[in-house]
This record gives sequence, structure tokens and C-alpha cells, in this order.
Amino acid sequence: MSNHQEKTASTWEGNSQEFGHWKTGSSKFFRNKAACFGGVLIFIFVISSVLAPAFYSKDPNAQDIRHALEPPSLKRPLGTDELGRSILARIIFGGRISLAISVSSVGLALLIGVPFGLVSGYFGGKADFIIQRLTDVMLSFPPFLLALALVSVLGVGLKNTIISVGIAGLPHTIRITRGCVLSIREQVYVEAARAVGTQDHVILFRHILPNVMVPIIVNATLFFGMAIIFAAGLGFLGVGVQPPDPEWGTMLGSGRSLIFAAPHVATFPGIAIFLVVLGFNLLGDGLRDALDPRLGYE
Amino acid sequence: MFQYIFRRLLSTIPVLFGISLMLFFLLRALPGDPAQVIAGELATQDEVERIRQQLGLDEPVYVQYAKFLSRIVRFDLGTSTRTQYPVTQEIAPRLLNTVILAVAATILACLLGVPAGIVAAVKPYTTMDMVVTALALFGMSMPAFWLGLMLIIIFSVKLKLLPVGGSGGFVYLILPAITLAASLVAVVARNTRSAMMEVLAQDYITTARSKGVQEKMVIIRHGLKNSFIPIITVVGLQFGTMLGGTVLTETVFAWPGLGRLLISSILARDYPVIQGSILIFALLFVLTNLVVDMTYVYFDPKVRYE
Repeated sequence: MSNHQEKTASTWEGNSQEFGHWKTGSSKFFRNKAACFGGVLIFIFVISSVLAPAFYSKDPNAQDIRHALEPPSLKRPLGTDELGRSILARIIFGGRISLAISVSSVGLALLIGVPFGLVSGYFGGKADFIIQRLTDVMLSFPPFLLALALVSVLGVGLKNTIISVGIAGLPHTIRITRGCVLSIREQVYVEAARAVGTQDHVILFRHILPNVMVPIIVNATLFFGMAIIFAAGLGFLGVGVQPPDPEWGTMLGSGRSLIFAAPHVATFPGIAIFLVVLGFNLLGDGLRDALDPRLGYE
Repeated sequence: MFQYIFRRLLSTIPVLFGISLMLFFLLRALPGDPAQVIAGELATQDEVERIRQQLGLDEPVYVQYAKFLSRIVRFDLGTSTRTQYPVTQEIAPRLLNTVILAVAATILACLLGVPAGIVAAVKPYTTMDMVVTALALFGMSMPAFWLGLMLIIIFSVKLKLLPVGGSGGFVYLILPAITLAASLVAVVARNTRSAMMEVLAQDYITTARSKGVQEKMVIIRHGLKNSFIPIITVVGLQFGTMLGGTVLTETVFAWPGLGRLLISSILARDYPVIQGSILIFALLFVLTNLVVDMTYVYFDPKVRYE
């Protein structure tokens, strides 16, 4: 990762993307140790989340007051929380919630953002103007505040966390898609397709969409990490996923009042968030370096 | 130049208009009867009526919006349904605290991030560069509220050096500012590095070096000055993101700022204060972006002649 120039996601806007770098890209990706490490972190996160019920048969919400606030030990590797629940089990089950939130909210942002970006960039004119002014307004709120404002209207809970975080990521998704479409629209092959009378929707889906996928995927990877931090932030503030569900931010929030008596309760969920977000960031950086044709190939 | 500034000022008007529309509909988007929702399920019919009138919910929507706009322009943000004080009176002292915290964090981030980025760019692919890059990545991946709690555990609980939270003097500012600055330091360092690397590869740097200009001067006068635009842009953009982060940092450290007011108002469903706080946050954000664009005039002479 360090041997490539870094770029913020926004520099994708307005740059021409070529399709067909996947093969060279993948070999480049696998030579990047940091990116592979990120991939491993995410692999562990996904596998442990999916298989959690298989290797832990007890209910992670079941209380056992007699063993409350036990420090980490061999029997309970990460200790127990104020209600005697295993923190390790709750972190693993919390991974399921974080995974669900990040997949759904990123999916939501892509599902709405990509079509809007395509239309805005390809057709231009009035539609573009309206969509761009709407994104301007959304971008005039700090993203986390946008999510918070939405939660204040929608109310707390898992579903509303997903909607809020997804919408907070929407303006960037629209902008990045639009920026790429703008440059691809001018390519000769699009002009050729138009010249032979190909319909707009065919051009959009067959010629343009595949060519804007790279920056969208890279951006989505980085957005996964952001979604997890946002959801955890909402949980921490008490307006996200509600207890007793073991969402990492919610666990941190309840551990906050125990930092004097049992600092481990707040420590471990934070490490989980850190590792998973680090994984997504490494993965996203690696994908960008590997798939960005402008960086050239050594 | 004036044309540029004027055009930039004009372009904020539709955005401000959009923000006002969004805030207006924030309240109207509440499921069911907003007055009932705000009053709570246990409220009597009289209380619901009182809130309906207080918020002007009994009038047609366009009248409500016109009144809302005219009130905002006069800085009348309504009355808190929780404390019955004017919203502006609730916000003002807290806004100051948030600005102090945000500015302190930004200064800290620039003082640490810019030199770190320069060191990494001047000696790329060395151990030093790798350390900076790795630390930057850590900073970006760490949830600030967790970092805050860890700092409290280390510096307040274990070492007993700094206060756990609250406000009062400089010592109270240290931990919240570090917490808020962490991710900004990372972003500033990364962007300084890439901006500097790009500039240091330019022909005029080679020219300066071949003229025999001291390396220190090459880096500062020729390199850094030309990297300022991307650095300022990213600091400006991140300042806004950081404003969002103040909600979390202020909650961790019980810092009496706007973010904490916002979250306590959300939990108490005090919508006039929610509206007011979000408006102020958005205004601060728009204003920062405006200032960033204005600084271009200083750092990039090309802008002046466009």
C-alpha cells in the first residue's frame, strides 16, 4: 500500500476508467501484503459472524449475574459484562449485526445512488440539475450528523440505523457514479453505440455501468468501514441498535459507565470495530491501487 | 477575483435554501401527528394543542414554511419544548465550546499531520514513511469514541494525570482535542504525503535543486507552498466531518458543546432544539467550505484571473 500514491475517493470523479484490468489488477492485489492482511481480517469477520451459532450454542444475551464483571481469564477469554454475559460471545454475535448493517446500508446506498448517478451523468439537463442540487444539500451536512438527523425522525433500532447510515452514504455514491459516467459518456465506443442507434438504457447498462464498476466497488469497500463506525457511533449514543442486542457500539456505550470498575467491558468491542474497519480500509486501498488504471503497471 | 468570490457566495444560496427545506420537513416527516409525538403518549389533549400552536402546526404547510424561513432569517429558532428557553439561548454558549474544541483539534491535527506527511513524502518507501502510513491508517480506522474511552482509562483512571471529563480550563481540553484530532491527523498526513510527492516530482523542483537551492528551502518554499491547496481542501472538508464527530467526543468527555445538546435533545424529542442545532452545524459546515474556497484566491493565483 505504501508504494503507491494515495488518493482520496473523490479524485475518482471525472477520471476515465477503462474496463479489463481485472486480471492484471488481481495479481497486483495479491502482491500487496497490506491489502491481503485486510482481506484476511474481513474473511475472519465474515466467517465468524456467519458461523457464530454453530460454535456457540448458548444465547449471547443470557444473563449470569453471579459471574458479572469478571476480568479476562482462560475460561472467559475477554471477561464478562455487568450482567455476566461473555464478552467474546457477544462480540462474535455482534459481528452478525455489524455485518448485516454494513451490507444492507451499503446496498441501500448503491441501489439508490448508482441509478441516480447514472441518470444524472448520462442525461444531464434538468434531471442532472435537480439531482445535483439535492446531493449538494445532503453534502452540506456532516455525514454522521445526517445519519443522526434521520435517526431523530425515524426513531431508534436496527432497521432505522440501516436506513440512516445508507442515506448518509448516498450523496458520495451519486457523485462518484456521476463523475465516472461523465468521462465515459465521451468515449468513442459510447459514441459508436449511439451512432448505430442503440437505445439509451442499453448504452447505460451494457456500455457505461460495467465501466464505472471499479470506482464504485472501491468506494463501497471503504464505505463498509464507515458504515460500521457510523452504526457503532449511533449505538454508543443510545440511538442505534438497542440493548440487549450485542451491537459493538451499544456494548461500548454500556461499558462507558464501567471504565473505573471494569475497563475491559469497553475495551474489547472497540478493538473489534477497529480491526474490522482497518480490514475494510486496507482492502479498499489495495483494490484502488490494483484496479486504478491511471497508476500504471510496474 | 471579486467575480470569483461573488459567484461562490451566490452558489451557497440554493444550498442554504435546501438546508432550510430539509430542516422544515424534518419535523413534518415524523410519523403520525408531530404534536402528539413531541408531547409524548401520556400528554393531555391540552398539552398536545399547546405544542401544536407553539410550533404553528395548525396552519397550511406553505404558511408554516414562510414563517419558518422568516424566523430563521431573524435568528429566531423557536423555544425548547423541554426547557421553554429560546433555542438560540440554549445553543449560543454550547456553540462556543464546540468551536473551541473543533479549532483546537484542527490545529493539533495540522501541527502533527503536515510534518508527518512531509517526512513521509521526502523519504518515500523508508521505514519512516511506512510508520507514518501505518499510523495514519490506524487513526482512520479507530472509532473516536473508543479512543476517547481508552485515553480516559490510561490518563485519568490509571495515571490520574488529566480529568475524566467536564470543562473548566485547558487541562479539560487536552483529551477531547486529541480524541477528535486523531482521524484528522491521519487524513492530513496521508494527503500531505501524496500532495508533496506529486509536487516534488515536478520539473521546477529539479530546477531549484540544480540551481543549488538548499534542500530545506526546496521542500518548504517550493514544495510545501505548492501542496497547500490539496492540504487546505482536505482540512476544510474534514473540518465538517469532524463537526459530526464532536457529538461523540463531547458525549465521551461530558464536554458541554452543541453535539451533546443535540444528542440530549434527540433523546428528549425536543425538536426545536434538534432543528436549531442541526441548522448551526450545517451553517458552520457551509461556512468552512466557503472559507476554504476563499483561501484558494490566496494560494492559487490562477483562481484570481479566472
